[in-house]
Amino acid sequence: MTNQYSDRKYIISGIIILISIIFIIRLLYLQVFDNKYKLSANNNSQRKVIIHPPRGLIYDRNNTLLVYNEATYDIMVIPNQLQKFDTTLLADLLNIDKDYIKFNIKKAKNFSYYKPSLFLKQLSIKSYARFQENLYKFLGFFAQARTLRKYPQKIAAHILGYVGEVDKKILEKNKSYKQGDYIGLSGVEKYYENILRGKTGSKIFLVDVHNRIRGNYKNGKYDTIAIAGNNLTLTLDAKLQAFGEKLMQNKIGSIVAIEPSSGEILTLISSPNYDPNLLVGRIRSKNYRKLLLDSLKPLFNRAINAKYPPGSTFKLINALIGMQENVLTENTYYTCNHGYHFGGITVGCHGHKSPLNLKESIQISCNSYYCNVFKSIIDNKNYPTTTQSYNAWRNYVTSFGFGRYLESDIYDESKGFVPKSTYYDKYYKKNHWSALTIISLAIGQGELGITPLQMANMASIMANRGFYYIPHIVKKISGGISISPKFEVKHFTKINEKYFSTVVDGMELVINGGPGSTARIAKIDSIIVCGKTGTAQNPHGKDHSIFIAFAPKDNPKIAIAVYIENGGFGATWAAPIASLMIEKYLTKKISKKRKYLENYILNGNLINKK
Amino acid sequence: MRQTKNNILQKIDWITVLLYLTLVIIGWINIYAAVYNTSHKSILDFSQKYGKQLIWIFAGIILIIIIFTIKSRFYKFFAYPIYIVTILLLFFVLLFGREVNGARSWFEIGNFRLQPAEFAKFATSLAVAKYVGSFNFNIKKIKNLLATLMLIFIPVIFILLQNDTGSALVYFIFILVLFREGLSANILIFGFIAVILFILALILKIITVLILILAIAFIIYWLSQRKLKNIIIASSIFTAISLILWIIKHYGNINLSDSYVILISFIISSVYYIFYAFKNNISKIYSFVLITLASLIFVFSVNYAFNNILEQHQRDRINNLLGIKYDPLGTGYNVNQSKIAIGSGGFSGKGFLQGTQTKFNFVPEQSTDFIFCTIGEEWGFIGTSVVLILFVLLVIRLIFLAEKQRTHFARIYGYSVAAILFFHFAINIGMTIGLAPVIGIPLPFISYGGSSLWSFTILLFIFIKLDTNRSDLI
Repeated sequence: MTNQYSDRKYIISGIIILISIIFIIRLLYLQVFDNKYKLSANNNSQRKVIIHPPRGLIYDRNNTLLVYNEATYDIMVIPNQLQKFDTTLLADLLNIDKDYIKFNIKKAKNFSYYKPSLFLKQLSIKSYARFQENLYKFLGFFAQARTLRKYPQKIAAHILGYVGEVDKKILEKNKSYKQGDYIGLSGVEKYYENILRGKTGSKIFLVDVHNRIRGNYKNGKYDTIAIAGNNLTLTLDAKLQAFGEKLMQNKIGSIVAIEPSSGEILTLISSPNYDPNLLVGRIRSKNYRKLLLDSLKPLFNRAINAKYPPGSTFKLINALIGMQENVLTENTYYTCNHGYHFGGITVGCHGHKSPLNLKESIQISCNSYYCNVFKSIIDNKNYPTTTQSYNAWRNYVTSFGFGRYLESDIYDESKGFVPKSTYYDKYYKKNHWSALTIISLAIGQGELGITPLQMANMASIMANRGFYYIPHIVKKISGGISISPKFEVKHFTKINEKYFSTVVDGMELVINGGPGSTARIAKIDSIIVCGKTGTAQNPHGKDHSIFIAFAPKDNPKIAIAVYIENGGFGATWAAPIASLMIEKYLTKKISKKRKYLENYILNGNLINKK
Repeated sequence: MRQTKNNILQKIDWITVLLYLTLVIIGWINIYAAVYNTSHKSILDFSQKYGKQLIWIFAGIILIIIIFTIKSRFYKFFAYPIYIVTILLLFFVLLFGREVNGARSWFEIGNFRLQPAEFAKFATSLAVAKYVGSFNFNIKKIKNLLATLMLIFIPVIFILLQNDTGSALVYFIFILVLFREGLSANILIFGFIAVILFILALILKIITVLILILAIAFIIYWLSQRKLKNIIIASSIFTAISLILWIIKHYGNINLSDSYVILISFIISSVYYIFYAFKNNISKIYSFVLITLASLIFVFSVNYAFNNILEQHQRDRINNLLGIKYDPLGTGYNVNQSKIAIGSGGFSGKGFLQGTQTKFNFVPEQSTDFIFCTIGEEWGFIGTSVVLILFVLLVIRLIFLAEKQRTHFARIYGYSVAAILFFHFAINIGMTIGLAPVIGIPLPFISYGGSSLWSFTILLFIFIKLDTNRSDLI
């Protein structure tokens, strides 16, 4: 049977084959050449869950726990899984109001219907337990475990610092942080961030279209576990720190105590301080603002950032420089007639016996003596110009750690200020200044700016008779990580060690020298304390009360600097506080005989009196 | 040359049967992968879709045996009764059927559901084959053609009434069968032009399409006549009339869109063109003017129909397909997810049961209409191209066999089977890769579902049975 249209089979087959070829090309493009769809598929079905590691714990030198992590729970919400729920009950359980619920659900919806959004931050474990029991009534909500820093001792806020969630700036700068990570923002938390933070882990889950977890991606092949941060043991003595903080209540200033033989910081107090628990979690920003606006600046760490004039404590330095420069000996005598009078300049002094030798000058803290010493240093004929002799003097001063960073591991320390000769050149014009122009440096006044940490380090140098270890706050790191080797290096001053014994003898007399000694109040019967008072004039009000000391005289265990703003004479507040700290540290208690002194300090209120 | 019944096994076209079995097994494995979950690991778990599909497959084999035992002439003799019974079923399902997903197209007897629209395909194919293949039939006779179209459109109307647009659209593929039987090629060409115009009318502004049509008309006319003078005169007349109309409209403040100005201008110009054609006795011009006018009116109708007749979800699907409005989370969600699933398979796929997009329900209907996604995701380009090639081979094999038939009835039926299978796999695969609108029709032999598997099996094996008797004149 002939068929006139049988050729049409080719047309029909052609159409079928043509369309199939188009499909094959399209499939080739979709599946082989275009990677867009593969990425979309991963975004669709893989949900990376970050597992936050617990931050490292922090202990004091006697293994008292200072910082630990408390479990809290972030409540998350996935809008498309929400079903009708009892808002009153939810508000009640979470202690929030209905507007908060409405607002945050709307916010979550704006972000994504399918991805979880933060609904409520840092729910306490107690509220969480209550919420957990009712969780089944609130489909679409779930809890995510987080941790919060907790400070059982409530001390050492300035040293420990605080943590917060990373902000946008950090996220942009440092790719190893992810939204929601904690980061140390000050203190030890910041300086040792890399040790404390640990390693964030992650799990990749497969999720279905309803965002329900359906299993592990590739059986967990690409999952990483969270590694907890390393623990820190501080050099801090929690008991001494707590005692010091108690003594400092209602006073403005700072205490820094160091173990001279190691440079370990035993106490570092800036007053007024605050309870570190205030800067944790949801209450942090509110409290931070409050502390920031406080006129007494509790957030300001005076121990490392306040640049104070060292006052008479600085005479020790000038005495040492004088001896090193051979313009002063143990037996150099200067007279004092109620002060130093030269070429129309007068530096006042209190009434005392005259003339005095070096040790007595320390014991009595004679201004006139040190004006003479300083003048002889600057006018030293070995140096052709004042600038050169001044630079030599300055070199000695900076070798004590003044006017430069000590490079301790305390975050954000200041270098203080010791003027360079160029500073005076600018101020007075070149060659228009002399020893007399800058004579206040003789007694630790004038342009000098020294931090309490640097003063404590000076006390440590005296205790060690000529060297120091960089003061540091971390003693040990867990996990076999050693602390920086720089903390084990002896740093010598540019003064020959042999000159220190004279000065130390003088310091002993300051407390134990009988009548005329400036700090007899600091005497502890069982311990020989060596110290030096200071009273720094202050254009803004009453003099600052200063005391540096170390004890015992032989084989010293503690070196300390106390600085009380507007406290008057060094012996009024600073010396007794220092002596109480020393006694507490060395004997673990305050003797009955000196209880009155402790009470006097505890009751002393220098803030509201003003 | 008489063969005994015992030799039927030798006469079966085993290539077709093999292609059929391969596709069915591919389907079963991929249904298992698509709905796989760890709590029902056994592929023989009859509470799961893959277990049920296996039952359908075995039931299908029984159907095949029954089909083979029935004599070939039965199908020809009973073509009309089968057709009428099916139409009745389509009618009854409207009254007693159960509504699933908005379509009232299922009979439900206990746990068992049957979709008569699926079986209407082979019934209609039989009826068309019988009618078109009858001795007196001449497709050039309008009466015969209209009767054929009626056979096709009666089930279409019932299926449309069931709200199952996808299944109804399948019947348009009979145009290929009729084309093979001598339907004017122009209809196929017109159909093609209509599709192009349809798409252009929706993508472009209507006025742009109108100008395009006219420009092409003038150019084709010029190419056929090679008389530049005539074409300049013709286009100048049109331009002048349009200008005058536009000025009248503009200054007369008549509220009329510019596209209507062009349409009316062309109608007025046509008067001159026809007059010119009559005077110079150029008959070509008549059809030219008519085709152009028809195209213009068609574009207007498409626009009107699209905006006034189609429902919003249908508009959305077409919009999305043509890229007019892109909304990956709304209307385009299914297609977007489907493309992601297929695209993520890459060249060699993620491996059996390793697909994440289909398994975790990102792709809807992953065991039925979107089963191709599972193949694409787990078997990659290799899998998709193999399946596609298997279908092409099957359809081409059917055409090859149909051409060998000695009776018109068997040939036409064979072409119907090939055309229906072609339409199904082209539209189904096309929609999963974004080349065809999303109309819910299954992928033959592969998609989950008893009704669809059986209806395609019956459709195919009746032809294989007819083929075993191709040397006989029945």
